[in-house]
Order: sequence, then structure tokens, then C-alpha cells
Amino acid sequence: MTAVAPLALPTLPAAFQQSNVDYLAILPLLIVFGTALIGVLVEAFASRERRHAIQVTLAVVGLLAAAAAIILAAKHQGLTMGLTDGSTNRQLFALAVDGPALFMQATILLLGVLGVLTMAERFGGVGPDAFTPSGASTPGSATETAAARAGALTSEVFPLTMFAIFGMMLFPTTNDLIGMFVALEVLSLPLYILSGLARRRRLLSQEASLKYFLLGAFSSAFFLFGTALLYGYAGSVYFGDLSKAIASGPLAMNGLLLPGAFLVFVGLLFKVGAVPFHAWTPDVYQGAPTPVTGFMAACTKAAAFGAILRLAYVGLDTGRWEWTNALVLVALLTMVVGSVLSVTQTDMKRLLAYSSIAHAGFILVGVLAFDRKGVGAVLFYLVAYGFSTIAAFAIVSLVRQNGAEATHLSQWAGLGKRYPVVAGAFAFLMLAFAGIPLTSGFVSKFGVFSAAIGTGGATGTVLAVVGVLCSAITVFVYARVIVLMFFSDAPDDAVEVVIPSVSTTFSIAIGTLATLALGVLPSALLDLADRASQFVR
Amino acid sequence: MTAMSTVPWLTILGLIPLVGALVVAFVPGSAENAKRMAIGFSLVTLVVGIIAATQFDRASTKQFQLGEQHPWIPQFGVSYSLGVDGIALVLILMALVLTPICLLAAWHDVPEEVGPRGGQRVKTYFALILVLETFMVGVFAATDVFLFYVFFEAMLIPVYFLIGRFGGPRRQYAAMKFLLFSLAGGLIMLVAVIALYLQGPGGTDGFLIERLTGLSLDPTTERLLFVGFFFAFAVKAPMVPFHTWLPDAATESSPATATLLVGVLDKVGTFGMIRFCLQLFPEASTWATPVVVALAVLSVIYGALLAIGQTDMMRLVSYTSVSHFGFIVLGIFAFTNVGQGGSTLYMVNHGFSTAALFLFAAMLVRRRGSKRIPDFGGWQRITPALAGIFLVAGLSGLALPGLSSFVSEFLVLVGSFPTQPVAAVIATTGIILAALYILLMYKRVMTGPKPEGLVGEREHDRLDESGRRGLTAVRDLTTREKLVAAPLIAAFVVLGFLPNLALNVINPAVDKTLSHVQQAIPTLNPAGTVAEGSSK
Repeated sequence: MTAVAPLALPTLPAAFQQSNVDYLAILPLLIVFGTALIGVLVEAFASRERRHAIQVTLAVVGLLAAAAAIILAAKHQGLTMGLTDGSTNRQLFALAVDGPALFMQATILLLGVLGVLTMAERFGGVGPDAFTPSGASTPGSATETAAARAGALTSEVFPLTMFAIFGMMLFPTTNDLIGMFVALEVLSLPLYILSGLARRRRLLSQEASLKYFLLGAFSSAFFLFGTALLYGYAGSVYFGDLSKAIASGPLAMNGLLLPGAFLVFVGLLFKVGAVPFHAWTPDVYQGAPTPVTGFMAACTKAAAFGAILRLAYVGLDTGRWEWTNALVLVALLTMVVGSVLSVTQTDMKRLLAYSSIAHAGFILVGVLAFDRKGVGAVLFYLVAYGFSTIAAFAIVSLVRQNGAEATHLSQWAGLGKRYPVVAGAFAFLMLAFAGIPLTSGFVSKFGVFSAAIGTGGATGTVLAVVGVLCSAITVFVYARVIVLMFFSDAPDDAVEVVIPSVSTTFSIAIGTLATLALGVLPSALLDLADRASQFVR
Repeated sequence: MTAMSTVPWLTILGLIPLVGALVVAFVPGSAENAKRMAIGFSLVTLVVGIIAATQFDRASTKQFQLGEQHPWIPQFGVSYSLGVDGIALVLILMALVLTPICLLAAWHDVPEEVGPRGGQRVKTYFALILVLETFMVGVFAATDVFLFYVFFEAMLIPVYFLIGRFGGPRRQYAAMKFLLFSLAGGLIMLVAVIALYLQGPGGTDGFLIERLTGLSLDPTTERLLFVGFFFAFAVKAPMVPFHTWLPDAATESSPATATLLVGVLDKVGTFGMIRFCLQLFPEASTWATPVVVALAVLSVIYGALLAIGQTDMMRLVSYTSVSHFGFIVLGIFAFTNVGQGGSTLYMVNHGFSTAALFLFAAMLVRRRGSKRIPDFGGWQRITPALAGIFLVAGLSGLALPGLSSFVSEFLVLVGSFPTQPVAAVIATTGIILAALYILLMYKRVMTGPKPEGLVGEREHDRLDESGRRGLTAVRDLTTREKLVAAPLIAAFVVLGFLPNLALNVINPAVDKTLSHVQQAIPTLNPAGTVAEGSSK
């Protein structure tokens, strides 16, 4: 052990240097963060009657403005928020505003708009329908009843969502491990709270929140520990330094590199719900308020995969052969476990949760292609899946029995006969999840599988074959839902579809239309994803 | 390799039924009206199809005609590229003829429900059949492997809904089985499709068939790709042992759906074998011939034996199809001009004769209220006209000389004999078995003592009040049913006496396909005169 010479640790800059910040490049981030802060002030000062309207408008306007600012930021790509060390020419930048980062930011913003619009659904009440008026009270307690009677409303979900979106946008943009950790926490904390705020079945919701928080905290600790080990290995947390250190570092130091890389990946794979770090997914998806579930499923996945891409392609790229096999194993397990377990589900939200696990596996196949094409395919997949999944969860929130959401599968029997449009849209989304041609799901799967076969070598082919077989399994699951809705007779105590407001209708319509459009004419977005697939270092 | 057309005939052919489906499904009005519009749209499609066929040049040296080509997803190398050769053209025409016949036969399949939206179910049914027509045109016309795959898979969805929503008591099971079998085959093919592109020249139009023809592939890769494609087609066709979904799907679905399913959709399997397996992987095709031919012969015999044992009329007809598909595959993998030309003609003839068997049997089933053969007997005494057309359909099914299927069966056997003598000899016994299952069915259903409690319509009119007591009148053919039967029987006779109408279109295409194979395997002798050394 003592024979191993320690790595030459890079020295810190001798004198203080001011860091360069390209404010236009980070304008979208600033807008979202600013809107979130204003949201907090609105919560404190606006009157109760107008608060909901103000918050929703503010959030949507903020998100759209930030999306517009992406166009500006696209002209200012590059590393920012840091400096180039004059003596060693090291790039010490906290943020990397490049194609994949901006593409993910735009995706998260647009999906965020749809997410906020579904959360804003009131069904004629004063506050957002899905959220409890007093989240801190014990379910069924007098405090809760009093809060409901007093007309309390939970409009703080909108600033919370904005903070989460800020964290999500930051996540794939960060250029160092510490920044990535901060983004991880910024996006996670609001989500822990949001998961616990369901109005109905509150115990389930609070359980989901606690579970998510505990496991999330655990995985953050993994991430942090991995960061510490990698710092010990490379003497720096910047991805550029990390990559160079792995390329030149002695093999004997792998005792730090391997566990470090593995632990950092654990933290990220937890967020996308990859097996074996998926245990939280079904419970949280089921317990969280349905619009939040949709938002989480779409946006968290996009953000976390953005971060995984950066880590795998920029930070740890040179040590690929060290950790690829572990990731291949995770991808295989994720696809198989996600699709097989979705077969046995009887709850719609849990079914979609396992489906999201299986999809995480398919996306990992694209990540493992280690090629620009793979990056483009992953970016496209995340957009397509995001739109479909937000619409699907929005529809789930409309199907109700006695005012509460009817999520048990048997309650959906015969829905297609009485509500052909809603059930038709849901069936279409199911076909997209199954990857039937002429839906976005097919193009996405084709993209990741062809990238895997094209550049992934024998491993890639095996991954694609397993992926295809798992798709066949999931087809059974989705077809069963269609069978239930269209081919079965409705029970006597049939569920009803609540007529939603314009905002939810808009989300569902946009989500469904995007699923169709990206299936029939995908080439514009594919082109964009392809052009955005180059990382800066 | 593709002759471009100034008028996008094939796109128009696909679009008319699609527009029709939207109109039928969403324009308000009575269900009767919707049905008439559906027939109208399918007839217009047929007329346009015939006009398009007149533009087809038999003597052209290009493989595909009436071509169109536009970039679709250039990032993946996918083009929206359509075109037909003689094989695709006759199959498209067959689909276009069968669709209006099926719509007409399906007139009373779906009872109108009471209530303001009672007609919607009927409209959905007719609209789905029209959507299916669009995909049928697309799948035969696609000259881009990816586009073909898209149609191949997308086609499952309307059929899935047709079986699952409008079928018999076990329709949910049948629909699910159909979907899973087909998708499992299709997804395996998807991997092969992707891998094939990567073997090819690539680029923004790398999925075009012409770019993927004549690749010099590594033998192992080629064989794996062949297996990937062939598996999907064998499930679709369906060949023993992948056939078990067909009897369930065909029995549980409505007669019109069953007709289109067996008559047209299953042809995609055998069509795919010619277009993709043989053309793209010639070496692997000859390599796999012994196994494929064995499976084909097995299908011929096993399908026929199972058909003999059936007591359900629809199930019987579907097993006869398994047997017939064995003949078709045998002819394709005989690698002779005669055999493959015969197989293609067989696909067309089988489409019509299966349609006749399914639809005429359904007329009986509707009258009797049962599909079980033992529930019938002596029906030629009460419905003589129906018995007559049923007999013609049956004779066509057993390939009676003078009717169209005789020509094709004969050509397949003659064509297979030079290269696959043993298989041809065994398959010939299939003809005897065919006579057995058809004639036994006819005997049990039509001959025998007059059924109790039933009486023919004419006789019913002649009887007085007291004579009628306890007797139910059974109508013979209605005008609508005559309209269904007439074109089918006409097709048997015309193609039976003038098979060259179709063969002249088919044969140049077959020659071109086999010349691709011959380029890869020079020892192959498609003329079939000297069997020595070929197809080993």
C-alpha cells in the first residue's frame, strides 16, 4: 500500500480570481428560481380568494418565459460560473450549458407547464382539488376538519413545484459532483413534501412521503459518500478533472475509483427508479397526489437521466470499462423486473409505476450505447415518455367513484363504452407505452434499441433483445387495460369521469397529441435531439 | 429499381378508406346511413384500385411500379416509399375486392343498441374495417422495410379491437392471444429490422428494399436475420407449430373480421416470405429450406387432419386454412418459377375461397343460431340456394378442376416436384384429406333427413294455417346475401378458366424475385428442369 505514490493533487489558484458568469446562459434557471421566490411572497401577501389564480398564472408565465429564454441561452453555450486557472489551464466551471443540458431544461419546462396545469385542477372548489388543505395535520383529526371548514387551501404547491423544477433544470447542467448533489437535494425536498399532500387517502400519501424521504435521504448519502471517494481519487470534484485523472491515474487507486463511481451512480439510479433501487417507486407513485405523480414521473426522470448522461459521458467516461458491466446488469434487471411485476398489478397507479421502471430500463439501454446517437435517442425518449405519462396520470385523476379517484383496475371495467373519448385517449397512451408503431413510444424504443445494436456491440444486442422481449411482456399489461375498458361490461356501481376544467383538458390534449405527432412525424424532434447531443467539457 | 408514378395512386388508395373511416365514425346520422357510406368508400377504393392497376406495366424491367418516395424519418434512414410488383398488386386488388364484400356481409353483425348513441357501436365496427383496409394496402405496398414493419404492427390494433369488441363469448381471450402471438413475432422481427439496416449501406434512405437487396452478408448474420423475419411471418401465416392463435381468433371474431384476418392479413406472412426472406436473404433461405419445407408439409397434413375432426364450422374452416398455407409456403420454398407463381395465385384464390367458406357458413350459423356441425343436417331441403353456394365454396376449397384453386394447387405441386419431390408427394395427399373434410362437412350439414321444426320459405307459403303449426320458416338467400355470393363465385370461375389474367401479372415479379436468389446461389435453377444440385 505504501508503495503507491499519491496522485499529484492539483494546486488551487494562488490568488483570488473572479469567476465568469454568462448570465444569458443561465437566464432560464434564474427566471424559474425568481418565479419560485415571488411565489413564496404571493403565498404570504395575496388574499385567499385570488391566491390560486395568481399562483397558477405566475407559475405558467414563469415557465414559459424560461422556455423562451432557452432560445437565448442556446446562443451562449459553453462552460460558465467559474474560471480557467491560468497556471494549470484547468477548467473550473460549475455549470455546463450545452446541448443536452438545454434540451433537458426545455423538456422539463414544457412538461412542467403541463404538470402545473393538471395540479391546478379545482373541480369547482376553492383550492387545488388533489391537495389537502392542511398537510401537517393528522389525517381525520379535528385540525384537519377545521382547516377544511375554514376554506384553507394549499396553493404553496406551486412555489414548491417551481423550486423542484429549478432543481431539475440544474441537475443535468451541473459540471461537478457537489453542484450535482445540491441540485439533487433542491429537486428532491419539494417532491418529498408534495408527495405527502394528497387530499384523499391521506395516510397512504403520508406514508409515501416518509418512505420517499427516508430512502431519498439514504440515496443522497450514497451519492455524497461516492463524491468523497472520487474526490479522494482525483483531488477534484470537477468532471473534467475527474475524467483526466481516470485516464492517467494508476490502477492501484481503483480501490477509490470503483466504489466511488458505483455509489454516485446509486444516487442517480435511485432517482430514475432503476432496479434494485426502485422499491420506493410503486408506493410513492400510488400515494402521491396523482398530478404530482405525473409531474414526478415525467420531469424527475428527465432530469435524472440528464445527470446520468453527463456523469457517464463527461465525468466518468474514461473509466467506462470499470463500471459499464454493473450498469448493464442494472439495465437488464430494471427492464425484466419492471415489466414482469407490472403484470401482477391491480392498481392503475402502481401499474404505471412499474411501467415507468421498465421504461427507465429501456432508456438505460440507450445510455449504454455510448454514442452520440444514443444520447439523441435518450433525449427523444424522455420527451416522448414525459408527454404520454403526464397525460396518462391526468386521465387517472379524472376517473372517480364517489368523488375519490378510482384507481383499482376492476373499477375501470367498461369505461370505454360510457366514456369513449377519455378511454380512447387512455388506450392510445397505453399503446404508446407498449411501443406500437405510429405512436411516440415506438419511435423512442426504436431509437434506443437501434443505437444499442449499432454501437453497443454484443452487449448492446443482448440488451436490445431483452428489451424487445420485455416490451412484449408489457404489451400484455397494457392490452389488459384496454380489454378492461373496451371489452368488459361495466359493473353496477360504475365509475364516472369527472368533467375537468380547461387546464387539465389542455394537458391531456397536448400530451396525447404530442404522443401521436411524435409517432407519425418524429423527424423534427429527432433532428433537434441529434443536434443537441454533444456535451461540452 | 422503382418506376415512379406521377399520380400517387397507392397513397390515394390508402387514404380513401381512412377518410371513409373518419366520416363513418364521426359524422352524425343513422347507422344505416353509415353502413351505406362505408360500402360507398370501399367501392370507390376498389374502382381507384382498378384504375391504378391499368397503369401497371407488365413488361417493365423495374421491380416496383406506381412508386412514390419521400423522406420520412431520415435520422433513422426511413423513407415513406410505396410501390408494387405483380405479387403485391394482385394481393392489394384481392383485399380491395374482399372489403366491400365483407362490409356487405357484416350488415347485421352488430345489433343497433337503443338510445341516442345506439348506432355508435355499428359505426365503430364499420370504421375499423375501413381503417384495416388502409393498413392492408400499406403493408403490401411498402417498399421500405421500416414502413412495412410499421404497417405490419399497426394493423394489429384495428383487428384487436374488431375481435375484442365485436366477437363471440370468448373474444377477450381470443383477442389477447392474437395480439400477443403477433406482437411476439413482430418484436423479434424488429431486432432483425434494426440489425439489417446496420448491415446495409445506411444513410437517410437505408431502409429501402432496393438498398438492402444483394448485400453480401456474413452467413451467420444472414441466417440470424432470416430467422428473425421468418419467425414473424410463420406466426402470421400461420404455420404449424405457431398456428394455435388462428382457430381461436377466427372462431371468436365476427365472420367479416375472420374473413379479412385469414383471407388477407395472414397473406402478409407468406407475402413477407417472398418479399423479405427470399429477396433479402437468399443464401439463408436455401439454407433453411429443409426445415421450412418440413413445416409446410406438416401444416398441410396436420391442418387437414385437425379440420376433419372439428365440430365447429368456423374452426373447421380455419384449420383448412392452416393446411392451405402449408401449400403456399411449400410453393414459395420450392424455388421454382412455377411453384412460386402458383403460390402467389394460391394466395389470391385462397382469399376468395376462405371468404366464401366463412361468409356462407356464417349465413347458416345466423339461421340456425349455432356453429356446431351436429346441430345441422338436411338443410339443402330447406335452403337449396344457400346449400348450392356452400357446395361451390367447398369445392373451391378442395380444389376442384374448373375452379380457381385447382390451378394454383396444381401449379404448386408441379413446381415443387422438381426440387422437393418427397414433400410434393406427401403434400399431394393433402388434396385427398381436403376432399374428406369438405365433403364430410357438406354431408353432415346439408344432406340427410329434413330438420325437425324447420321448413323452407316457399313450402311455408304453400302450407295452410294448420300445416304451419310448430314449423319455423327459414329464409333462403336474401338479395344482400346473393350480392355477397355472386362476386366470390364469379372469381372462382373466372380465375379457374382464365388464370392467366393473374398469372401474367404475377410471373414477371416472381422471375425477378428468383433472379435475386439466383444471383446469390448460381446453382439454383428456377426453371425447374434439372433438379440436380439445387436447393441443397
